[in-house]
Amino acid sequence: MTATGIGAPVRRKEDQRFVTGQGRYVDDFNRPGQAHAYFLRSPHAHANIRSINTLAARAMPGVVGIFTGEDLAADGIGGLICGWMIHSKDGTPMKAGAHPALAQGKVRYVGDHVAVVIAETLAQAKDAAEAIEVDYEVLPAVVETASATKAATAVHDVAPDNTVFNWHLGNKEATDQAFAKAARVTTIELVNNRLVPNPMEPRAALGEYDLGSDNYTLYTTSQNPHVARLVLSAFIGVAPEHKLRVIAPDVGGGFGSKIFIYAEETVCVWAAKKVRRPVKWTSDRTEAFLADAHGRDHVTKAEMAMDEDGKILGFRVHTIANLGAYLSTFSSSVPTYLYAPLLSGQYDIPAIYCEVDAVYTNTAPVDAYRGAGRPEATFVVERIVEKAAREIGMDPAKFRKKNYIKNFPHQTPVIMTYDAGDYHASMNKALEVADYKNFGKRKRESARNGKLRGIGFSSYIEACGIAPSQAVGSLGAGVGLWESAEVRVNPTGSVEVLTGSHSHGQGHETTFAQLVSDRLGVPIDNVSIVHGDTDKVQFGMGTYGSRSGAVGMSAIAKALDKVIAKGKKVAAYVLEASEGDIEFKDGKFTVAGTDKSLDFASTALQAYIAHKFSGQDLEPGLKEGAFYDPTNFTFPAGVHICEVEIDPDTGVTRIERWTAVDDFGVIINPMIVEGQVHGGIAQGVGQALLEGTVYDKNGQLVTASYNDYCMPRAHDLPSFQVGMTVTPCPSNPLGIKGCGEAGAIAAPAAVINAITDALGHEDIAMPATPQNVWRAAQRNAMPMAAE
Amino acid sequence: MATVSLTVNGQPVTADVDPRTLLVQFLRENLRLTGTHVGCDTSQCGACVVHLNGEAVKACTVLAVQADASVVTTIEGLANGSELHPMQAAFREHHGLQCGYCTPGMIMAAVDMVNRKGSALDEHTIRAELEGNLCRCTGYHNIVKAVAAGAQAMAQAPVRQAAE
Repeated sequence: MTATGIGAPVRRKEDQRFVTGQGRYVDDFNRPGQAHAYFLRSPHAHANIRSINTLAARAMPGVVGIFTGEDLAADGIGGLICGWMIHSKDGTPMKAGAHPALAQGKVRYVGDHVAVVIAETLAQAKDAAEAIEVDYEVLPAVVETASATKAATAVHDVAPDNTVFNWHLGNKEATDQAFAKAARVTTIELVNNRLVPNPMEPRAALGEYDLGSDNYTLYTTSQNPHVARLVLSAFIGVAPEHKLRVIAPDVGGGFGSKIFIYAEETVCVWAAKKVRRPVKWTSDRTEAFLADAHGRDHVTKAEMAMDEDGKILGFRVHTIANLGAYLSTFSSSVPTYLYAPLLSGQYDIPAIYCEVDAVYTNTAPVDAYRGAGRPEATFVVERIVEKAAREIGMDPAKFRKKNYIKNFPHQTPVIMTYDAGDYHASMNKALEVADYKNFGKRKRESARNGKLRGIGFSSYIEACGIAPSQAVGSLGAGVGLWESAEVRVNPTGSVEVLTGSHSHGQGHETTFAQLVSDRLGVPIDNVSIVHGDTDKVQFGMGTYGSRSGAVGMSAIAKALDKVIAKGKKVAAYVLEASEGDIEFKDGKFTVAGTDKSLDFASTALQAYIAHKFSGQDLEPGLKEGAFYDPTNFTFPAGVHICEVEIDPDTGVTRIERWTAVDDFGVIINPMIVEGQVHGGIAQGVGQALLEGTVYDKNGQLVTASYNDYCMPRAHDLPSFQVGMTVTPCPSNPLGIKGCGEAGAIAAPAAVINAITDALGHEDIAMPATPQNVWRAAQRNAMPMAAE
Repeated sequence: MATVSLTVNGQPVTADVDPRTLLVQFLRENLRLTGTHVGCDTSQCGACVVHLNGEAVKACTVLAVQADASVVTTIEGLANGSELHPMQAAFREHHGLQCGYCTPGMIMAAVDMVNRKGSALDEHTIRAELEGNLCRCTGYHNIVKAVAAGAQAMAQAPVRQAAE
């Protein structure tokens, strides 16, 4: 390992600009003549729009234009799309209701887009929006996930009982048979609470139209600018693909919420042409709560069948998934193919059957949020496994080990073929780091102080490196999920890498440069990573699903192989040797068995001056591209152990210890990987202890600000013990599995298993706020006292 | 319109502003000092922390006119030329940032923390003092390490500290 190569904790190249205030996020861009957009949003969860009167508003100072859904329709602008087709059990396609960027006749959630006001200043736009008169016919709202199909009103006419689809996966008959012969059955009912992603940078869009060239430019907070361009052009029809440039510059966190193509960027690009001015919109935090796609929101009943000895025989799951008022870009894939295929966890389970009923409600659309389906699966699996172990009276670590998959590759009954792993190794290391053997002592010590101590495990698995195009295509995806890369070597030997991945906190400018430095032997400072601009990078699928290492870097590795192969040809001419005799090692092309060599920079120069091979078959230049389509998902897995202490008098839960042992395969930069784990755990702890999205019975979002929605703060969290085990991933050339979502996937079950262990009963919902925990602790105050 | 005159990062500035203009808007929009960020609208997240007369304030909760005749330091004014302030260097060294959006506010709050509490900061103190700053990326683990290290480094660089 070199100081800047694969495996080195290289300090991040991008940090210089971020720590000095020189990062450039969308809202930091200002274009000449720019006007400001403000969206008038629905104050009602469900209402027909009888009329919109903009006359008074148009007369307000500074107003440049006011547009409604009628104007979009008149220009032939299509609705927002959902790019993943799910079919119900009976073969019928999902019931996708129309999703206009500005409401057409009806609003379906508080925050839905009614009109856009464009004015000289944002304050003027807001003032004018106040003057728009909308005549609403308020309708009853459908709010609750569990009862949505029984509601008296339909969110969309195409789905009269609010059912989007009734989907299933697995073998029902085999699973029923497993339950029929089971000696023991454990049952659990769970709610996976709705979350608001809350990247610290709110979404923003700046649309621009150039009359002379007929070109459009959109600066947007996107995790996948090429996908945004494709959807905006091919489906929504805002501008032709070759005329639309999408720029996603520095983006301040995404966590899934910036994958999707929203109403606001659609309107900003379109309106820029209408008003012949650049149009800028920046979300405020309240708008982010109202209109960013939310995450999770499942109601689940699960049953696990076991034999006398605690060997799992079968697993049956029924989930109701709330998709909100409209189908967001990838919403339908989250509670289906990103969820049920993970229900085997790390366990050898012969039969699994899962049914998912997806429903519409008058709430914000729900889509992928860090982990996307896999946290929901892990929560079900790891909660029921813990409960089963407790019911049997077996140590939960022992129960897990008894049921772990031991041989790879392993075909689960729910699609996935796990390629590599060593689950015992992760568990053993985690038990040691967590000092599990002395937990009893610590629990007794807490009890002496009047506190309840508990320990909880989460043996999570995820499917990352998303994903083999053919596989996802067969499951309903409208796109392939490969990645692209182009490596441009300059005549001086410096290197520019254009990647279809997008960095919004992951540190690609550093880790991708480490790969290049490692392979080509060039100093890391001589490598630039270019991303986030459709005019520079030809195409790419973007960053989500922990795919940028496993898929994005694999594409770069492939392109680097081609660069080296071309370099060998160049060196062969220069060194007057046959190509087959040229070796590339330590940044030098060498004639095997001799001391004749050409360093990388000299080779690059020779490639461009072409003096030595002019007129031959070899083309000048040193630039290679590659598309990499993965052969399988990757399967990061590990064990997180959470130890909590609860004060039964206040209900406050303190996390005393957090142990994470993860297997991410080969690691490029351990510093960055550990940082990803920390952040993931924090979001998972947030879900488990603090974050709850509350709509009242009328569909008003009660938790629409940081005063009401409890984000994890520094004093809510401990420092984390993070360790690794490594089984290289055999499914990609770098052996990478991915690390971005693990913490958020593992953490909620670990926390709740620890709390239920401390309480001595299973009855606690997320978020386990002090109030909820206090109530739960009071309920068993007597038995605890008697213990 | 109201006239404000103040010193920002050592430079005198005079401007006419709408009286409802917030200090953060004034910095970002009038002065194009976009390192100071806006992450919420309820004074909760701390992305907009700057120093007003040497003390940390949330620039979303101060009107520009209230900063009249004051001295403001933003993240752009913290480094000494190309030499990072010890707290900036510590955030980089300890991976105390990922997306970078909360970072300017975190660093400005951390420098203020050291100014108020001294350089020997334990984990408990740092976590409690970061109450006003939200980060969604790091889980705070490395921010806490960075603040502790930055505080130590500030103690060893008294000249820089006095210069601010």
